Amino acid sequence: MDVKIERLRESLKISLKGELDQHEARGVLMRFGELESQALPARCVLDLSALGFTDSSGIAVLLGLERRVRDAGGELTVVNIPPQARRVFDAAGLSRVMRFE
Amino acid sequence: MRPINEMTLTFPARSVNEGFARLAAAAFAAQLDPTMDELGDIKTVISEAVTNCIVHAYPDTLGAVRMRCRIYPDGRFEATVADSGVGIADIEKAREPMFSTGGAERSGMGFTIMESFADSFTVRSRPGKGTTVRFTKRISPRAKK
Repeated sequence: MDVKIERLRESLKISLKGELDQHEARGVLMRFGELESQALPARCVLDLSALGFTDSSGIAVLLGLERRVRDAGGELTVVNIPPQARRVFDAAGLSRVMRFE
Repeated sequence: MRPINEMTLTFPARSVNEGFARLAAAAFAAQLDPTMDELGDIKTVISEAVTNCIVHAYPDTLGAVRMRCRIYPDGRFEATVADSGVGIADIEKAREPMFSTGGAERSGMGFTIMESFADSFTVRSRPGKGTTVRFTKRISPRAKK
C-alpha cells in the first residue's frame, strides 16, 4: 500500500494507493503516526480514488486518522471513495461519524 | 445440489496471504461471470474470514488456513474458510459490532461486514479445535456478451 502525504498551502492531502487489509493497515497507521499533531493544518483530505480494495481494516484506519486530525483541532474529509470501499464503510455507519464527499 | 466445480487451497496463517486468498477466490468465482460488485463482495468476505484466522486462531504457532470454494449450477458461489486454532468461546459476543480482541488496526466489524455482504453466513467453532466460516453469494445471471 502506497501512502502519499502532501502538505499544501492550507491543507494536508493524504492519498492511499493499492489494497488495504490487516496486512497493510499497521504500516498505514504508522505513517499517520509520523504526522505531528501541532503541524496539522485545519483541513485534511483523504483521497481514496486509487484504493483498489478495503476490508474492515479500512474502518480502523479511517477512524484512527479522523481521531488524530480531530485531536489536532482539524477536520477530515474523505473524498473519491470507490464503490467497494463505500459498501464496507456504509455497513459500519462511518458516514455518521465523519465527513464523506 | 452437486457443485459443478470446486477448489481447495491450504496456506500458512501469514498476513501476506490475505491478498492471495481473496484474489484466488475471485479468480475462481470469475467462472460465474460476476459483476464488479458481486466480485467485491466475495473478496471482502474472504478477506475478513482469512484475517480472523491470521489474527485470532493461532496466537503462538503458525497454523494452516484451509479455503474451499465451490460453484453450483444455480449460480451460487460458496466458500468455507477453516482453521484448527484456538476457537471462539462465545460466538455471539464475537459477532457483536465493535467487539474486538485485536489491536488498534482492528475495528471489530469483521463479522458485521461478512453478514451484510454474504447471502448466507454461518460460523462453527469449538474451543481448542478451530473455527469454520461458511458463506454463499448468489451471482446474478447475465446475458451473454
